[in-house]
Amino acid sequence: MPKLELQGVVKRFGDRTVCDGINLTVDEGQMVCLIGASGSGKSTLLRCINLLEPIEDGAIFLDGEDISIPGLNPQSVRARIGIVFQSFNLFPHMTALENVMLAPRRVRGLTRAELQPEVEALFARFGLADRMHNYPDQLSGGQQQRVAIVRALAMQPEVMLFDEITSALDPQLVGEVLDVLLMLKKQGMTMVMATHEMGFAREAADKICFLDSGRIIEEGPPEAVFDHPSHQTTQAFLARALK
Amino acid sequence: MTRRERYEAHQRRRSLVIATISTVTVVAAIYFLVPLAPGWSKVQQSFFNGETLVKTFPKLLEAFRINVMIFLWSAPAIAVLGLLIALARDAKSPALFPLRIFGAAFTDIFRGVPVILTVYLIGFGIPGLGLPRPWNSPYIWGSLALILTYSAYVAEIFRSGIDSVHHSQRAAALSLGLSERQVMRDVVLPQAIRNVVPSQMNMLIALQKDVSLLSFIGPVEIFRQAGVFKSLLANFTPYVGAAIIFLIVTIPATRYADHLMARQMRERR
Amino acid sequence: MSKTLTIAASTVLFLSTAAYAQDQCAAGKTLTDGKFTIATGNPAYYPWVLDDAPESGEGFEAAVAYAVAEEMGFAADDVVWVRSSFDEAIQPGAKEFDVNMQQYSITPERDQVIDFSTPYYTAPMAVLVSPNSTETAPTLEALKGLQWGAVGSTTAVPKLASIIQPDSDPLLYGDNADVNAAMSANQIDAALFDLPTALFLSAVMIEGSKVIGQFPADENDNPDHFGMLMEEGNPLKACVDEALAALMANGKLADIEAKWLQDTTGVPLIK
Repeated sequence: MPKLELQGVVKRFGDRTVCDGINLTVDEGQMVCLIGASGSGKSTLLRCINLLEPIEDGAIFLDGEDISIPGLNPQSVRARIGIVFQSFNLFPHMTALENVMLAPRRVRGLTRAELQPEVEALFARFGLADRMHNYPDQLSGGQQQRVAIVRALAMQPEVMLFDEITSALDPQLVGEVLDVLLMLKKQGMTMVMATHEMGFAREAADKICFLDSGRIIEEGPPEAVFDHPSHQTTQAFLARALK
Repeated sequence: MTRRERYEAHQRRRSLVIATISTVTVVAAIYFLVPLAPGWSKVQQSFFNGETLVKTFPKLLEAFRINVMIFLWSAPAIAVLGLLIALARDAKSPALFPLRIFGAAFTDIFRGVPVILTVYLIGFGIPGLGLPRPWNSPYIWGSLALILTYSAYVAEIFRSGIDSVHHSQRAAALSLGLSERQVMRDVVLPQAIRNVVPSQMNMLIALQKDVSLLSFIGPVEIFRQAGVFKSLLANFTPYVGAAIIFLIVTIPATRYADHLMARQMRERR
Repeated sequence: MSKTLTIAASTVLFLSTAAYAQDQCAAGKTLTDGKFTIATGNPAYYPWVLDDAPESGEGFEAAVAYAVAEEMGFAADDVVWVRSSFDEAIQPGAKEFDVNMQQYSITPERDQVIDFSTPYYTAPMAVLVSPNSTETAPTLEALKGLQWGAVGSTTAVPKLASIIQPDSDPLLYGDNADVNAAMSANQIDAALFDLPTALFLSAVMIEGSKVIGQFPADENDNPDHFGMLMEEGNPLKACVDEALAALMANGKLADIEAKWLQDTTGVPLIK
């Protein structure tokens, strides 16, 4: 049974169809990279998986359980699926530590003291031990994005979604964030990421999905998609992206 | 010193000289020309009578304590009620629909009616229903009138503050599994409130002045006390005294609000 | 012949109008030549002016105004009424009226800024109590314990402080109507007014209220003499004073008072 499965997911904003019948399976511990031009529906798809956007048609399964039933309380699902955004979205009025502790305290019902060892270990693991008490505006973009990842991980999610998390970073800061993803992969985290980092996708992904106009028009292992794209649109996109 | 620095230093000196000259000219013109007006001696006698000012100032200051008192208990009530109204107006659940309608009607009514009318209607009207003392006190109902009116404005400011928090903050909080309530309480409101502190400071300053409207229904605060002196002495100087007392309080408060506003502008940039 | 007649006729006409206006003290001293502009309150209250219509000459001050005007040589048609507040009356600069009549008490402080005519009425201060307090004894001791109210711009305020010295701070209002509202809302037990106003309020405005006493004139260190208010240094003052003196001498003022102001002897003196 796949960890995460999407069947014919359709998402519309008004007259505009952003996801047009997407099928996708993600196995436990797999890293799936969504690539494609801006506006091809990658971000929206991730937001749909996290139930931030209700879907019009189709279904989403987590461990074989339909999580897209209309009217289902999304809270428990979101606690199991973490998401990290392009623009970090840290809470500016809280320190890094408070950012990370908020959801476990509220949702998992733990006290600060109970969380302290676990959270400190997370900060240490991602090289942020001395940044715990800083506010977001005192951190670099790379640090902020790593705190955002720690914040999502503190909920102990089963699946992590990454929405172009390096796109807003200065080039020299991209590496430190991608390294974090490699660490997570090594630990066996199931991950879906939308990215423009083709080099990274090729190196690290287990599966590449190429999206165009809300459909996955090509998918497969990185070598197959990058080296022998069968679809003309994919070829054109890769030619531009890898130039 | 580079060529450019020399040029800029020269420009700075030049603007300083021009600013000084023009300020001195304006002040001198007011100082020398106004007394030349034919009615000046009478105006001075009526509005700027030193003797009257000295005689009435201590009692005005004492009356101002009533203003401060009313202000001190009204302001927290306004903050709480204003926030509740703002939240009621943004309530999404259909069960809370009446609350939304109420919130909208509340802000429409109390922002639409002049404060003085509300003070009269509530200050005399509700006690007129036959409440026993001390529950019919004009202090209570007059304060309530201020609280209702100001809550309506303050609620709108809170709402604009809530709107000013980027929706991505809400999305981030929701994605962590927080409930709508928790998102509002822990993520949106703290930022919203911080964003509107300068605007709310201005409301506080306005409130401090509007406390005087309670004088119409009995309390002898500074404005009424000045009016009593004016009538007895047939002289407007006590009003100038009252204005001075208000300015002593409101100028620093206004400066502070402007400072907060400027700081916020810098941070946003 | 006809020319002579015309000249004669116009001479007579000229002389008669001139005699009517020019012989009089007030000629050339009023705001508008040949008109006498009198200000009253907005609104003007009974029994000083009836139905807020001073033009009718009904009500004590309206009647006094027309009597003074007549005495000064103005026809009733030449009297022009305007409205003013106390603030307008004392502000520096040109006035919109020749005289202003709205129960202004003459005080030395006010007299420094504006001119008053000789008094046209002397009003004792009286105590009006709310329906709940009608049993209060007319003694200073009993009055101290009441919650007091007054119109903030009147001389009732210093009188309250100096004579009654109430236990709790009085509440002050902008005009009679607001005192009335406060008394109806049971926010005050008692209010201090000039006697005619107090009698009117108790009889007509506040059901169940009562005038329980008046202050004897001699116990008043400064009894309330009502005077017509004029701009400081107004040359008309001499004419107005002259007219008032004449009305007092010939008993007309007393007649007007008897007609419009109630007999006040029934109200007990406060001890």
